[in-house]
Amino acid sequence: MIFSLAVYSAPYSSQASYSAYQFALALLNQGHSLHRIFFYQDGVHNATNLAAPPQDEFNLQQSWQALAKQHNLDLVVCIAAGLRRGILDSGEANRYDKHSHNIAEEFTISGLGQLIEATVASDRLISFGN
Amino acid sequence: MQKKILLISRRAPYGNSTAREALDTALAASVYDQDISVLFMDDGVFQLLKNQHSQLIDQKNIASTIPALPLYGIENIYVHQNSMDERAISIEELVLDEIKMLNDDDVKHLLNQQDHLLSF
Amino acid sequence: MSTLHTINKSPYTNNTLNSCLRICAQNDAILLLEDGVFGAIKAAPAATELQSLTKTGVKIFALINDLKARGLEEKLAPNIQPIDYDAFVQLTLDHHRVQSWY
Repeated sequence: MIFSLAVYSAPYSSQASYSAYQFALALLNQGHSLHRIFFYQDGVHNATNLAAPPQDEFNLQQSWQALAKQHNLDLVVCIAAGLRRGILDSGEANRYDKHSHNIAEEFTISGLGQLIEATVASDRLISFGN
Repeated sequence: MQKKILLISRRAPYGNSTAREALDTALAASVYDQDISVLFMDDGVFQLLKNQHSQLIDQKNIASTIPALPLYGIENIYVHQNSMDERAISIEELVLDEIKMLNDDDVKHLLNQQDHLLSF
Repeated sequence: MSTLHTINKSPYTNNTLNSCLRICAQNDAILLLEDGVFGAIKAAPAATELQSLTKTGVKIFALINDLKARGLEEKLAPNIQPIDYDAFVQLTLDHHRVQSWY
């Protein structure tokens, strides 16, 4: 079966994005396919490459990246939500004259339509929010 | 094949970006030629109240965006009657004329027809 | 063509479980996760309603790691099944769609 996930909340501040990660892990281990994980609203904070949690704490940003590499996942950050919250790739950083960009590797920025596309392309769409 | 997708919007406007971002999703959905509906429930019904002056808190007006939904092809707009009653809101106070009011059983029935739910 | 409802808020502070219960249909299922597991304990608000629902065929589940993390394993109400993420995935397949309540 084909799954897509929508993640609406930031790591650390609430448990929802961690739950999304555990769900993703379980469905992949069962051999299902994960079409896309769409990060929207505060979920865009999952994509920052600037998070530096203590070594003895769970690093969700890194965990997403490792999972994406291992399974060739499509991790998409909504551009509108990302811009508002300061999650930028180099293109957007240039466009808005910002001194740097911070989107982590394995994540890409795209439009809100990708959430709808994911919904249409998947058997199941599950939202994780706060 | 068209999928039936229902957006369920349950948050009040302005205190939280959820209401706004749910609406943006509905508008974005319109280009995908799917069967998109929107249900306002719980505090989400407050998004439909007339006379919102959101410029006073430097926010875009949600109530003026909602009437645009039909222009984007989203004609099935539903409001949970019980949520309105709990908040003492009558239909005359809403920005839309073309709304379908649903009771609990109607909502159950609506959900049962959908392929996907987008939860906001 | 049933719905899986997931709830992640404590019913002690948040009305969201009640909203879910109003529109939970006969063959639906409910999964309590994150702080939603506080709704799975005996004598939680809506405990009676949840028990009545189980008698109409609605199955109610709670994520076991969230229960254990919060020290709630011994306080779990009867007829609520603790499950893991593998079973959560299966639940999303057993039902046609998922409504997430937050």
